[in-house]
Amino acid sequence: MKLTDVVRIVPKHKLKIDHEGSHEFVCRIFVVFFLDRSRERRRVNREEQWEDLRMHMADALISPAVGGVMWAATAGLIGYSSKKVKEELDDRKVPLMGVMGAFIFAAQMINFTIPATGSSGHLGGGMILAILLGPHAAFLTMASVLTVQALFFADGGLLALGCNIFNMGFFTCFIAYPLIYKKIIAAGPTRGRILTGAILAAIVGLQAGAFGVVLETVFSGISELPFVTFLLLMLPIHLAIGLVEGLATAAVVMFIWKARPEIMRAAADSAPIGDLSIQKVLIGMLAAAVITGGMISWFASADPDGLEWSLFRTAGVEELQNPGDGVHASLTHLQEKTAILPDYGFKAADEEAKPEEQPPWPAVDPGTSVSGLVGGALTLLLSFCIGLFLKRRKVSIS
Amino acid sequence: MSHHIVEAQDLQYTYPDGTVGLQGVSFRILHGESVALVGANGAGKSTLLLHLNGFLRAGNGNLRIGDYPLTPQNVMAVRRSVGMVFQDPDDQLFMPTVFDDVAFGPLNLGLPEAEVERRVQQALETVGVPHLQKRAPYKLSGGEKRAVAIAAVLSMSPDILVMDEPTSNLDPRSRSRLIQLLKTFEHTKIIATHDLDMALDVCERTIVLHQGRITADGPTRTLFQDAALLARSGLEKPLRMQGCPICADGEKTGVSPISHHR
Amino acid sequence: MAKIDSGFLDIGYMDTLAGGDSRLHRLDPRAKLVTTLVFIVAVVSFDKYALSALIPFFLFPMVLIAASGLPVRYLIKKVMIVTPFALLIGIFNPLLDREIVIQIGSIPISGGWVSFFSILIRFALTVTAALVLIALTGFNAVCMALEKLGTPRPFVVQLLFLYRYLFVLTEEAVRMVRARSLRSFRSGAMGFAAFASLIGHLLLRTLDRAQRVHLAMCCRGFDGHIRMIKPMHIGWREIVFTIGWSGLFVCMRRFNLPVKIGELMMGLMG
Repeated sequence: MKLTDVVRIVPKHKLKIDHEGSHEFVCRIFVVFFLDRSRERRRVNREEQWEDLRMHMADALISPAVGGVMWAATAGLIGYSSKKVKEELDDRKVPLMGVMGAFIFAAQMINFTIPATGSSGHLGGGMILAILLGPHAAFLTMASVLTVQALFFADGGLLALGCNIFNMGFFTCFIAYPLIYKKIIAAGPTRGRILTGAILAAIVGLQAGAFGVVLETVFSGISELPFVTFLLLMLPIHLAIGLVEGLATAAVVMFIWKARPEIMRAAADSAPIGDLSIQKVLIGMLAAAVITGGMISWFASADPDGLEWSLFRTAGVEELQNPGDGVHASLTHLQEKTAILPDYGFKAADEEAKPEEQPPWPAVDPGTSVSGLVGGALTLLLSFCIGLFLKRRKVSIS
Repeated sequence: MSHHIVEAQDLQYTYPDGTVGLQGVSFRILHGESVALVGANGAGKSTLLLHLNGFLRAGNGNLRIGDYPLTPQNVMAVRRSVGMVFQDPDDQLFMPTVFDDVAFGPLNLGLPEAEVERRVQQALETVGVPHLQKRAPYKLSGGEKRAVAIAAVLSMSPDILVMDEPTSNLDPRSRSRLIQLLKTFEHTKIIATHDLDMALDVCERTIVLHQGRITADGPTRTLFQDAALLARSGLEKPLRMQGCPICADGEKTGVSPISHHR
Repeated sequence: MAKIDSGFLDIGYMDTLAGGDSRLHRLDPRAKLVTTLVFIVAVVSFDKYALSALIPFFLFPMVLIAASGLPVRYLIKKVMIVTPFALLIGIFNPLLDREIVIQIGSIPISGGWVSFFSILIRFALTVTAALVLIALTGFNAVCMALEKLGTPRPFVVQLLFLYRYLFVLTEEAVRMVRARSLRSFRSGAMGFAAFASLIGHLLLRTLDRAQRVHLAMCCRGFDGHIRMIKPMHIGWREIVFTIGWSGLFVCMRRFNLPVKIGELMMGLMG
């Protein structure tokens, strides 16, 4: 098996900007690696197209708690950026942000082949926005693009939108751009500086974003993937993506710089970092870490054995089925080997994360579940009938 | 009283990269006149138009619009009386719906909502597209977009209408509708155009620009008869005057029978 | 690239649908937005093994679609297009979560499969709800509703402008890519150098356009504030709609209605 069979960054889905999250990609890796012995290409659609890897989170992976927290953070950032943009009093920004957002949208649909790997990539755009618009305007623009994608292309979903905007907007615009790119360019733009600045900033921004994805997924507890494994999968991949993104950004920036140097000059002058000092950023991140850490430990304080105990009781299963071979065993093995906190295991904590929502956990008692199935079928039938009735009624009226 | 006169005296303009835009342009346009601005590409038509709303400031010379000599302080007041319609309607229709676009100007003028509504309806009816109010701009055809762009300017009740290539990219029917519409306007009209046939229809006076200078300024029909002048300025006769046997006769005899061209 | 074209005719079609005329269409966008948000929050707040409790939630999109005359087949097709990705997200769960949680007759069903289907159902519900919202309200009206509900103005203006110029820019991009591909004799995506150049040119045109739009705005008196007339009005219909549906969602979330109905049936059948 070559590496390219496993780590394949692939071109775009037919008409949409990709929305496969890292989780899908991980699924694919495992399926391809462990189960797909024949190494046949996996068909995602009738066209034999491969999907791009991106950091989009999906609704299905986020718990409301995590989703809510990230939405609060994102809403705060949107409010802050809006205020800053208003204060800048540059009325050229209004049309520029809109049109640049549309540009990013369109540019993301154009693929290029990455030499020597036979796969293709595309431009994320966060860095270019930050360079041309400044951090606050760029953040708003990125947020708007992601919102339109979520609404029209079901790119992740509305709950995960908060996470996506944060992962893909915050780190690029407020961390990578001011702290890395600007600092490197500060002495004056040259080819070398643009290249290193763009690549470093893109890599850092994407790594941080990937880390955010992992944290959010794990704290949500809906996905079964253990923390360290997930991390080990995400970070190297996003290193490669960051490299590609940085190169693409640098190439475009250099093009603009050669064709119209006054644009770069104007961007450098009029894109103030404002009062974003490193200390404030670090303090903010520390506070966020403390808060999230506190939340985690609160969740984790619940009885970690609750799951096994309730299963034992309700299903009457003597011991947990645990096949000795196959995917599950390999993963458990992997986790044991790589686990930093072997006794803790994020999984257990997560499954206790929702005691306040539904008292019995999990609510899968055999008796109720049969009733559930019957009742579910009936409800569905009922809804369908109501729908048909309304439709008939509408037709007969009009 | 300088009743909406547009007066330029020796305007000169050089672009930041050094190319000369205007080299001493002088003219005087009175209230109600329809003036066509013609010239080859690069002659300076668009440059001149951009001076009329204060976007570009002449390096030398004076420009006076209505009661105001154009200075940075009264640019906003000037823009209230000079309505400019650009070449690409997509650049001018930037609001979510047609109604919003046409209402944009009056709202910026600070008019009350009822008055804004009235003006929007009136403007849309003038150009003939009141049914498109709720439509999004990207769903309009080229001719409809052009009409809405004009309405968006009309709703501000300008005294002077400046247009840059209004008939470009229009199909024949939309074009003739636009020409009919322009003929009904009583504003002072300054129209930069390549469409010399439209200039013949709409504008009784023409200014010919060539390499930043005015090479001719006079009645449209007379100017368009002067093949030598047109050739010097990188132009040709309007299509309907080309190959006309009566004109050719006139050139031979020296008598110019212009009245047969409407 | 015809696929992008069809993708965007698609978005445009949603706007056409939103222009329809039914009682639901005429409702104030804020009511529809808030109700959809309550719906989504209710659906995603279930735990990962919820299955039957989710079923009644299908009532909401079904009723809306039927009562407003939206094209069912079209909407279902749109949901189906994105379903493979939900499948790929969820398929991991049955692989890892092998603990048997229920037994139907002699067939053991692992928790992984339960959570997998739960993911699918939740996905279908949330995606459909979002689509129905846009199809009934239109993107622009949703943005206005957002603004009235407190979203900062610069962000709403940004959304509106982005939407407005989306079509213009994708058309330009399509034209450029098509022109390039007609002159290239390799199949597949373009090389890096060609890409950088193409994107660079597109960006320059974008910046020029931004300047022209700004000029047009200034010519019509732009002073930094975008002003719009927004005729929106909350009446008894909106209140009944929002409170009624939200109340129903809260009930469906609190009580597992299918279980109750099922128990009733089983009880009746003895």
